[in-house]
Amino acid sequence: MAFVRFRVGFWAVCFILGLSKIAAADNLSPELGVLLEEGLRSKGPVKVEQFLQLDPIQKFCSDSGVNIHSEEAGALMSEALEQIQYPDDDDYVGDWREGERIAQSGKGLRFNDSDDTINGGNCYACHQIRKEELAYGTLGPSLYQYGKLRGYSMQVLRYTWAKIFNPQAFLICSNMPRYGHKGILTMGQMRDIMGLLLDPKSPVNE
Amino acid sequence: MFNFVRLVLVISALGLTHTYADDETTSGIQEYRDLLADINPAELWILSGEDLWFSAAGPNEASLEECDLGKGRGVTKGVYVELPRYFPDVGKVMDLEQRLIHCRMVIQGFSRDEVTSYPFTKRGEETSAIEFLVTFIASESKGMRMNIPLEHVAEQNMFDLGKQLFYLRAGTHDFGCITCHSGDNKRIRLQELPNFRNAEQARKTYGSWPAYRVSAGEVRTMQHRLYDCFRQQRFPEAIYGDDLITALIMFLAKSADGGVYDAPAMKR
Repeated sequence: MAFVRFRVGFWAVCFILGLSKIAAADNLSPELGVLLEEGLRSKGPVKVEQFLQLDPIQKFCSDSGVNIHSEEAGALMSEALEQIQYPDDDDYVGDWREGERIAQSGKGLRFNDSDDTINGGNCYACHQIRKEELAYGTLGPSLYQYGKLRGYSMQVLRYTWAKIFNPQAFLICSNMPRYGHKGILTMGQMRDIMGLLLDPKSPVNE
Repeated sequence: MFNFVRLVLVISALGLTHTYADDETTSGIQEYRDLLADINPAELWILSGEDLWFSAAGPNEASLEECDLGKGRGVTKGVYVELPRYFPDVGKVMDLEQRLIHCRMVIQGFSRDEVTSYPFTKRGEETSAIEFLVTFIASESKGMRMNIPLEHVAEQNMFDLGKQLFYLRAGTHDFGCITCHSGDNKRIRLQELPNFRNAEQARKTYGSWPAYRVSAGEVRTMQHRLYDCFRQQRFPEAIYGDDLITALIMFLAKSADGGVYDAPAMKR
């Protein structure tokens, strides 16, 4: 009897361990989940448990045969749009000088960063912004003269804010990080980025 | 990076690039690469790696000549272009670095910790034996064609997992390999990005690692390249020598199948 109890207990433990593995690797194929769980280690601000919890957009976009024109894509975009938070008092345009610093910085949320590293936006990694900065990437479109070309209306401000907050609302599986939705940048930092792009006095709009 | 940017700026100032920043920045980079192409310090890594391969080491005072990298004991010629592969003696797929870990433990008697704790040379510290050995063995395949047939079911399985990993988008920034490596003519800052869905670009890129990195003053291996990609992707730290990176290497190696292997190369 004791032996049977031991066996039941043993299998119960295995079952729970197995379940917890599957739970941790939610939204991943079980095999890839195990591979990631065993092959990765938490370090600095990056935690394996959080990393393995793909959200619905990450799950959708991780499929190599993803169809970005599907109904599911449309539903995910609508949901993303609804979740966008806008600043109080229509105060969209911050300090472009600070925005430039944030756009230059690629720091934050890497495993070699610390928990109190101030995150950058790393905008120049993918976008041309000020024409003086030659070391810009081309994964995203040029943002040089962003405001000058589009104007400074409230619609432009709201759209640009939303695009920075959650680009998935406008282009599902966009390469651009969800700076607001994922808490990468603070509302104040996003306002400063807005200043860089949409302050008529910013050198971007000269 | 700083020196590199400065060099590009110097070239710009000389009037070699002026109006169209994109094209001319790229051509500036190419000139820089041409300047580097003549003498590759990786030669020193090849010589040191060869010494290490033939020298007795570890508690067993054995050399690695008994190590089978996939084409028979002691064979180094042409093994890199057929790795990762399934090894029947351990019943699993290994890349070169996992196989070296295995040989140095089993043949030379080192502990796992001894052969995995210092894979990548830190600035100002002694060069990792792993980087010497990998550079030597990889150089023994120079000029040969990548040959990854995926004949064993375990190899096919590793490839499938590596492909899933390549497309995985996760973490705070939703990044994945595909963020940077699925389009043509893209750059991060000034760094050109190979499109791994294009066979020609995959072959050229995969075939250039390991490489002497001017910015590091060291030879870096494919394992290191992917370790650092994970860091920049805001992924957690990849554990050295684990199957996770091997799966990704299998996917990349297969993507480069048929290409002429041409490493060690030299990069900024």
